[in-house]
Amino acid sequence: MMKLFDQNIMKIRNVLFGLITVALSAASGFLTTTDAQIAVQGETVYTVSGEAIQNGIVLINNGVIEEVGSEDEVDIPSDYERHEAAVVTPGLIDARTVVGLAGYYNQDHDQDQLETSNAVQPELRAIDAFNAREFLVNYLMEEGITTIHTGHAPGAVISGQTMIAKTSGETVEESLVDSTTTIAVTFGPSIDNNYDSPGTRAKAVAVLRQNLIEAREYADKRAAGKDQSRNLKMEALADLLDGKIRALVSAHRAHDIMTALRIQREFDFPMILEGASEAYVVLDEIKEADIPVVIHPLMTRPSGERKNVDMETPAKMKEAGIPFAFQSGYESYVPKTRVARFEAAIAAANELGFESALHALTLGAAEILGIDDRVGSIEEGKDADIVLYDGDPFEYVTHIEGVIINGEIVYDGE
Amino acid sequence: MKLFKSFVLALMMVLIGSLLAFSQSTPQAFTGATIIPISGEPINNGVLIVQDGEIVAVGDADTDIPGNADLHDVSGKVLMPGLVDTHSHVGEGDGGDYSSSLHPDVRIMDTIDPRSKEFRKVVSGGITSVNIMPGSGLLMSGQTVYVKPKPADTIEEMLIVVDEETGVYGGLKMANGTNPLRSNGSPGTRAKSAAMVRELFIDAQEYQQKIEAADGDPSEMPERDLRMETLVEVLEGKRIVHNHTHRHDDILTAIRLAEEFGYRLVLQHVSEAHKVADEIAESGAHASIIAIDSPGGKLEAINMININGRELEDAGVNVAFHTDDPIVDSRFLLRSAALGVRNGMSRKAALESVTIAGARMMDIEDRVGSLEEGKDADFIILSGEPLSVYTHVEQTWIEGEKVYDRSNPEDRDYATGGYEIFRSTNMHIHGERH
Repeated sequence: MMKLFDQNIMKIRNVLFGLITVALSAASGFLTTTDAQIAVQGETVYTVSGEAIQNGIVLINNGVIEEVGSEDEVDIPSDYERHEAAVVTPGLIDARTVVGLAGYYNQDHDQDQLETSNAVQPELRAIDAFNAREFLVNYLMEEGITTIHTGHAPGAVISGQTMIAKTSGETVEESLVDSTTTIAVTFGPSIDNNYDSPGTRAKAVAVLRQNLIEAREYADKRAAGKDQSRNLKMEALADLLDGKIRALVSAHRAHDIMTALRIQREFDFPMILEGASEAYVVLDEIKEADIPVVIHPLMTRPSGERKNVDMETPAKMKEAGIPFAFQSGYESYVPKTRVARFEAAIAAANELGFESALHALTLGAAEILGIDDRVGSIEEGKDADIVLYDGDPFEYVTHIEGVIINGEIVYDGE
Repeated sequence: MKLFKSFVLALMMVLIGSLLAFSQSTPQAFTGATIIPISGEPINNGVLIVQDGEIVAVGDADTDIPGNADLHDVSGKVLMPGLVDTHSHVGEGDGGDYSSSLHPDVRIMDTIDPRSKEFRKVVSGGITSVNIMPGSGLLMSGQTVYVKPKPADTIEEMLIVVDEETGVYGGLKMANGTNPLRSNGSPGTRAKSAAMVRELFIDAQEYQQKIEAADGDPSEMPERDLRMETLVEVLEGKRIVHNHTHRHDDILTAIRLAEEFGYRLVLQHVSEAHKVADEIAESGAHASIIAIDSPGGKLEAINMININGRELEDAGVNVAFHTDDPIVDSRFLLRSAALGVRNGMSRKAALESVTIAGARMMDIEDRVGSLEEGKDADFIILSGEPLSVYTHVEQTWIEGEKVYDRSNPEDRDYATGGYEIFRSTNMHIHGERH
């Protein structure tokens, strides 16, 4: 309910905003950068939804992709602003980050990714903490990340909610794509690092099940229209059990992943598995459960519950037919964030290959997050989120030459 | 009796020596690769010949290959010197404790596990020489150790001795800035940090003067003092100081102290090097830097940007990349050099930054860091362009012995990771459970 409401608000906002912009433009007699008409010419244009186009052209009008094709098929109107690059891809998607909540100073005042007063807080909204102007949001944007799924960190039984934003915009309202995407749930030993209780894996699972049982009753009463006092915690969990939002479940060790699948079966909520260092041990079980995976950063340190990470896990998931996406994850120290593009590059070089890595970093991520109607590929009618490069997006020495979000050039490579 | 013992020992040495010579005396010739010797221009279709742990010849396709040589056709590959990592924490060692902030007497050598699986990971990343250091939580956390990460039962077999006479095989780790600051005030501020270091070096100067005054007379020598002995090696230029430092003013303080006492300085991390590159160049200090995927996370390092390589190269500083493993994994040292190029470093300087430049910072440039006749046969065979993400280290050789081969599944696991690969390692990060 909450989510639909927020989304509708956003849609109305966007329409209003568009109308106002058009009105202003018309009034002033010139086009602002925001709704400039742009032609992007790429020696290679990776649409991701279809074959790569050699000498391709992408026309952008009023924030959306107007036309895509080869230079033989698409005429560039004379008043369109032209930009050229060796390689063009859709805007990249970081499918799990804490950027905007965990600031780059790493001081108490800018660390809002984990509230340690209580290990179960599904009512914490990401939109109430997201700082659209945080340094690292812009930093990711300049590395080609145009959409982030961000919010509360792993490390609590339930740490809070997540949201989806573009990496441009000066307020959360301007950046927002989806206000309430998932509820972040953790299985494994990291909870014990942040809370006195629960202090063991089994206790954490018991606490989670108790909360979900209460939420089931709350949801049933709500569905039956019975009177009950509002409870934010229960509202959020009831939305999860009613399938309106999903659980973003962080688990690394194979037995923690299996526990997560067991609880998901018991309560039948929609779920995305996240982290999943040992996913390669239980591929059949993940596939059987029909659950997509946002895989840990490939360059994560092989220590603690991540000691068994394998850079070839994405290739193995592809082989198994499990949908997956990349993430920057959560870093408590240095670097303060990783970059999903760099992580995808390592997967590409470790048996996954270029095309599959790019797919998982764009359209694959959009499909898992349920935003593929708007982003993830270069297709007519989608948001004009485009990245320009001077070479292979995954090569270490490649530079980003331009980033376009919602049809606006937000970074020119300088 | 004593004479007899010596005789037996000498005989054994000869026997072992001849056995060793026998096992390694067959020359190994590597042909067909693009050889990047670092000391010169790349050689297409080059030839590398190694024997008895040393490089015998490096040249083009016309290079004479001894008739008895084992031939290795590495056509289509890239062959370059083994990488040098000037700052690492592999091997599960430790350093000084919090009983004081100054531990020049402490040797990390006494704590490293030569069988640590981390060394297998190190060679899978192409690294063949490593400066393993104690941490940065103290002003002086102890003596560092220069090692070859080759299979060994004892740390002694791994040591790279830089001074045969004194037996020096490492540097001295120092740190300034916020890491060594302690709530008990020892030290509690930057100025106190500098004063504590200066006081100890003044003691060392006096100790050094007493040794000089004794002029070889044992009865006049000062009492042995492990802390002072180490610092005298530093004052005499036999032991290099590796100084962890981030902020531009801390960098200048490190240089100021080095100039006051005349010791040789490698600046480590040097996050704000881009602000004081000319001052670093002027001082003659070397810069061992790190490439991080984003700034932030550590307050005094928030201005770390990956232009340091370019700025230091332009200023004329000898600059190397390091991993600081586990901060950057040992498997990504070549990646760091590539990120240097991405941010404006020349390809030549970037390749030097993970080979000869680092060797200079450890006084081992006469043995490693380039492919030249007479140097140690430490080299790597790459599947392609060294600075490409798609390139893998296929083989790593140390002193003429193959220590890593990606075609061997057990070796390959160390490059990619997997279940219980690092089971014996003891890498602690932020007290994680698992």
